[in-house]
Amino acid sequence: MTITRLLASAALVAPLAAPASAIELEVSHWWTSGGEAAAVAKLAEAWEATGNTWLDGAIAGSGGVARPIIISRILGGDPMDAFQFNHGQQAAELVEAGLLLDITDVAEANNWEEVVNPPSLLDACTYEGRVYCAPLNIHSSQWLWLSNAAFEKAGVPVPANWDEFAAAAPALEAAGIQPLAMGQQPWQSNLAFGAMAIAIAGIDAWSAVNIDKDESVVMGPEYTRVFEAAAQAREMMQGSDVQDWNQATAMVINGEAGGQIMGDWAQGEFAVAGQVAGQDYTCLPGLGANAVLDTGGDAFYFPLQDDPEVTAAQKELAALLVSPEVQVSFNLAKGSLPIRGDIDMAAANACMQQGLEILAGGNILPSGDILFSPDTQGQIEDLMVEFWNDTSIAAADAQQRYADIVANAD
Amino acid sequence: MAAVTDPPREAPAARRPARPLRNLSAKLASLPMVLTALVVFLGCSLWTVAHSFTSSRLLPRLDWAGLSQYERLWGERRWLVSIGNVALYGALSLVLTLAIGFVLAALLDRKVRGEAAFRTIFLYPFALSFIVTGLAWQWILNPDLGLQRLVRSWGWESFAFDPLNDPRLVIYGLLIAGVWQGSGLVMCIMLAGLRGIDEDVWRAARVDGIPVWKTYTHVVIPMMRPVFVTALVIIAAGIVKVYDLVVAQTSGGPGISSQMPALYVMDKMFLSQNLAQGFAASTMMLVTVAIILIPWAYLEFGGRRRG
Repeated sequence: MTITRLLASAALVAPLAAPASAIELEVSHWWTSGGEAAAVAKLAEAWEATGNTWLDGAIAGSGGVARPIIISRILGGDPMDAFQFNHGQQAAELVEAGLLLDITDVAEANNWEEVVNPPSLLDACTYEGRVYCAPLNIHSSQWLWLSNAAFEKAGVPVPANWDEFAAAAPALEAAGIQPLAMGQQPWQSNLAFGAMAIAIAGIDAWSAVNIDKDESVVMGPEYTRVFEAAAQAREMMQGSDVQDWNQATAMVINGEAGGQIMGDWAQGEFAVAGQVAGQDYTCLPGLGANAVLDTGGDAFYFPLQDDPEVTAAQKELAALLVSPEVQVSFNLAKGSLPIRGDIDMAAANACMQQGLEILAGGNILPSGDILFSPDTQGQIEDLMVEFWNDTSIAAADAQQRYADIVANAD
Repeated sequence: MAAVTDPPREAPAARRPARPLRNLSAKLASLPMVLTALVVFLGCSLWTVAHSFTSSRLLPRLDWAGLSQYERLWGERRWLVSIGNVALYGALSLVLTLAIGFVLAALLDRKVRGEAAFRTIFLYPFALSFIVTGLAWQWILNPDLGLQRLVRSWGWESFAFDPLNDPRLVIYGLLIAGVWQGSGLVMCIMLAGLRGIDEDVWRAARVDGIPVWKTYTHVVIPMMRPVFVTALVIIAAGIVKVYDLVVAQTSGGPGISSQMPALYVMDKMFLSQNLAQGFAASTMMLVTVAIILIPWAYLEFGGRRRG
């Protein structure tokens, strides 16, 4: 982390020495892992090809660390020129307070309404009819990653959906393999529950709870099944005492664990380990039950600046981020899906192709960051991390508490 | 947040009736600290308390929302677990740190050889930050790396010691690290206090044939009352704001079983973008400290002035 910081500060200092002929934009983000940094480099490359300068403001330590820093700089009157957030409600109050640049003219000039797919991504950038952010990529959370070697060792076929996976758990355990690997951080518990809810309760019930915030559906039979399945999954993860998601992914890669519920960024770990989709590992979008994906992801916002030249450059960058060339190069490096359907992603691997197909088929749902405020998200995460790690909490109690949160959600 | 948890810093002596120009230079010299106390500690605390009655989310705003933040706070299971944890952690760490610190100091005071070396060793943990302490103990208590593996490698194969992954034991895992870090400082404070006891007291006790342990419990400890109070305040302040130790060792897990109030405040303010909820929680922390401090300060300073 220190090295990343050093590099980041070095990157902050170096371009200052360069002649100030071109417009220099300072861009804040929290992409510091290997694959992420490579993806950012693609953005910087494309930006500098236009004759301008990219001042990289990477903040190490993920969004939870970076967001408060970015927000306090904007509130403190020292805003960067562009910054990355997950699209959704995270920046809503900054927009309300009039601190961000309105880029509606860029969106109209480049016909974002037509090209951005799914349209919900542009809606997430729109506040009272005006556009405030440029969507960049899509990350989906509903994936089950399976180790083919683990199932071979246990002598059972690789499951094709969640129910088969749950049925294979005793065989895995008998072979000395952890059935389900899961990190203990709150967002991971919440991610697993969300993926299971879509797979088991079905899209109608999921939409009633997450979009319409109908707490009576939480108490209905569909969600009862979800909570019971989660209680069963909780037994399957007993003993996986890891914290970070990539440690859990490593257990799947090494064949120590049968599977993990994690977002599509887990692909990067398999790729680094030299594993091939379909051969060494299997991916099941929507846990193999409902092939749908949520469309969370990243978007860039542009704080208001006084200098009209900087404002013009900010708009130029916004247009560039959505352009077809940048979409292809960035998303191939990042392992995420592009936000436009009219580009060629033939170079993507088997799992990514599955994601692209689902996207093209329109089987998509908005993400939690779009549907719930960070406050409600925090409450759900608190509940989920407790439920997944404390076997003494009955499924029915957790269900009741989840219903209370949904009833008061915003 | 430090602003609300720190005890008030006003010197009681400043209240003594005096002509305004007496000791002018001393008053001028203390002016920056007085201003800091008024603006930073008092001003920011009042600002925080006021905003806890609003519905501020990402940005502070003054719209009256009554007690709704407090109603929600006391309905949150995570907050209730945090309060229970800090009470248990606080009580045990207070007693253990004081006891261990005093016993170590008393042993060193028996004129052992190499006292300076022992003193340095015991004080060393205090030179480490809580983050380092937490991380080191996370490794020591990790069953695959630390203590459990060591004992098993000695041949005791069934030995199991994994407190950090057991919701019922995790608070004791934190306690080990906290006491390990805090005892050295308390020992030094106690040692200074013991050195302040006149040698004649010990001689008199010896002449009267009072056993050593009785001299400690009946004579020395009562004489060291101010030292104990100092140590108590330092430990108590550390307990209320315990944060980095938990972050480094468990991040509040497994589940929410090692959550602490300060973690709740930080998460609500910055992760959940709900300032008012975080302010309400920190106000409750301030109130708790005040409930303990005000009667104590009254007894300690109020009584003395009259007598």
